[in-house]
Amino acid sequence: MKYLTFTTIAAAMIAAPAFAEGELNIFNWGNYTSPELIEKFEKTYDIKVTLTDYDSNETALSKIQAGGHGFDIVVPSNSHVPIWIEEGLILETRPDQMENFANVDPQWADVPWDPNRRYTVPWQWGSTGILVHTGEYSGDINSAAIVFDPPAELQGKINVVPEMQDVMSMAIMYFGGEQCTDDLEVLKKVAAGLQTAKAGWSGIDYAAMEKFVNEDLLASVFWNGASARVRADNAKFAYGYPATGYPVWMDSVAVLSDAKNVENAKLFQNFIMAPENAALISNFALYANGISGSEEFMDPTLLNSPEVVIPEDLKAAGAFTRLCDPATQELYTKIWTQLQK
Amino acid sequence: MQGIHEITLHSDAEQAQERQDRRTRWLLSSPALAIIAVFSIAPMAIILVYSFLEPGKYGNVVWSFSLDAWISVFAERDIFDGTLGLADAHLSIFWRSIKLSLLTTFTTMMIGVPMAYYVATRAAGIRNLLLFLITVPFWTNLLIRVLAIQEVIRKDGLINTVLLNLGLVQEPLQMLFTDFAIGFGMTYVFLPLMVLPVYAAVERIDFRLVEAAYDLYASRWTVIRRVIFPIIRPGVIAGSALVFIPSLGEFVIARVLGGGKNLMLGNLIALQFGQGRNWPLGAALSVTMLVLIISVLLIVLRFTKGRING
Repeated sequence: MKYLTFTTIAAAMIAAPAFAEGELNIFNWGNYTSPELIEKFEKTYDIKVTLTDYDSNETALSKIQAGGHGFDIVVPSNSHVPIWIEEGLILETRPDQMENFANVDPQWADVPWDPNRRYTVPWQWGSTGILVHTGEYSGDINSAAIVFDPPAELQGKINVVPEMQDVMSMAIMYFGGEQCTDDLEVLKKVAAGLQTAKAGWSGIDYAAMEKFVNEDLLASVFWNGASARVRADNAKFAYGYPATGYPVWMDSVAVLSDAKNVENAKLFQNFIMAPENAALISNFALYANGISGSEEFMDPTLLNSPEVVIPEDLKAAGAFTRLCDPATQELYTKIWTQLQK
Repeated sequence: MQGIHEITLHSDAEQAQERQDRRTRWLLSSPALAIIAVFSIAPMAIILVYSFLEPGKYGNVVWSFSLDAWISVFAERDIFDGTLGLADAHLSIFWRSIKLSLLTTFTTMMIGVPMAYYVATRAAGIRNLLLFLITVPFWTNLLIRVLAIQEVIRKDGLINTVLLNLGLVQEPLQMLFTDFAIGFGMTYVFLPLMVLPVYAAVERIDFRLVEAAYDLYASRWTVIRRVIFPIIRPGVIAGSALVFIPSLGEFVIARVLGGGKNLMLGNLIALQFGQGRNWPLGAALSVTMLVLIISVLLIVLRFTKGRING
């Protein structure tokens, strides 16, 4: 889902037909949009697509709130979709009445963050787990202790992504609490535990994938698709689902209220619900997509990869990300700042 | 009588001329002033106003007056025992950024001044080539330069490969993710900002003064201390300001090369506007940083003035 665009700005440079019927400006996470998909959409509808990257839900939200952006489409995570709806930033395009909606997997057709899918269309979903080098570390990979109680062999080679929400959630679940808790006893343990663990970390960064491939870093809190891409270049890496709990998320495509190309944006929403197109999205970014029937167009190795197939006994440990209330968020920001002071 | 009348007339005309001049000057500079007002003062005013508001639920601000943001820049209520204390997290982040900026200023000065002197005292052709080489990195994106350094100091990077092959070390040196990496990166990136103003100052040296000093039996050290340095001092001070100010807000280098284990001032502010969802605090922190920079500038200005006149 979310790694910084340091490496692949190239993905944004998509060749476009010179004289297109219309335009579509997409605002999406960096290194996340299949160039093949865009090309196909451009050819099918004779629409020129421009792609712009962001690196976090908050960046996207504040840019759109500021206005004057010129974007038509945004791809927020489930935890943030309610904000976009509540603030009136996205249009009720009624994807549930679109031609291709029947393809949406029933599991994703009616979701708590967008009941009956009146606003958004599934893009990709995945989990935030642990990426670890199995040559240097031989213990259980499905354990958050790799990061929060770092074993000696990984000390100084562990990275943590600067996604406060994901890291705090995983840490809270590891130290015995629930997502968005404001129980000070638990948070005290979390703050102290993180402080101790940090001594074994090398950094808190959206580390470029090359740092893992080259083995400058040996473990990280990381996303499943990004982990799959690391593993493709260095087979010693494995992706684990912490048994104590790990965040699960889905990013969905929405049309902005102040979009200039609403009809084209709607075409795009419908377009990506077609199985063969959803498969293109997944084949590029290596996350699952939530469209039934896309499996037959997907890369078979991806379908069976350990980053996409969650082990049966660890499924229950996945927790869908939520947005915490402002007071709790403030507590987390303080702990997070204190950790990095 | 007549004489006096003449003088009054003359000064009247002069005053009118002066008024006219002043009007023309204001008129001519009005586009620049308008640009400064619109693009520099107005945004800063917005930041200042935002720092006195309440944070919105999901970022943004609520339009009601509050001093909370300013209080929490300096003071903090402990979330566990409720005691009010100094915001040590913020202060230590401020101090880290200041320390790093001072260090960067110092290292770029130590390397940049001799470098500028060397370049400025070469023959014209070589001088232009060297100057050109110094400015080349400016054409490259900062991020790309930082990633290039990363390749040099990595575990299997250039430096380690050379050291291992020469047998100077047995194990690759850990340079990436250390304070050394941050200092190295900052010095490299900001060096041209020191070299160029110092170069301009060295170029202006009248070398007959140096010869005269030697004729008067000054030692080499005395010539540097009493003749050359006083002449290039304004250049060095300008270079220091040019290096110090952007390094204070710099955070990409610390992230990529240092691993970003600890926050820099820039990260702290970005955090408040992003995941922290506390724009007023971010605004208050930005204003604090601005005040810090302006104070430094004022001190520098005073320092230079005194020296030039004295």
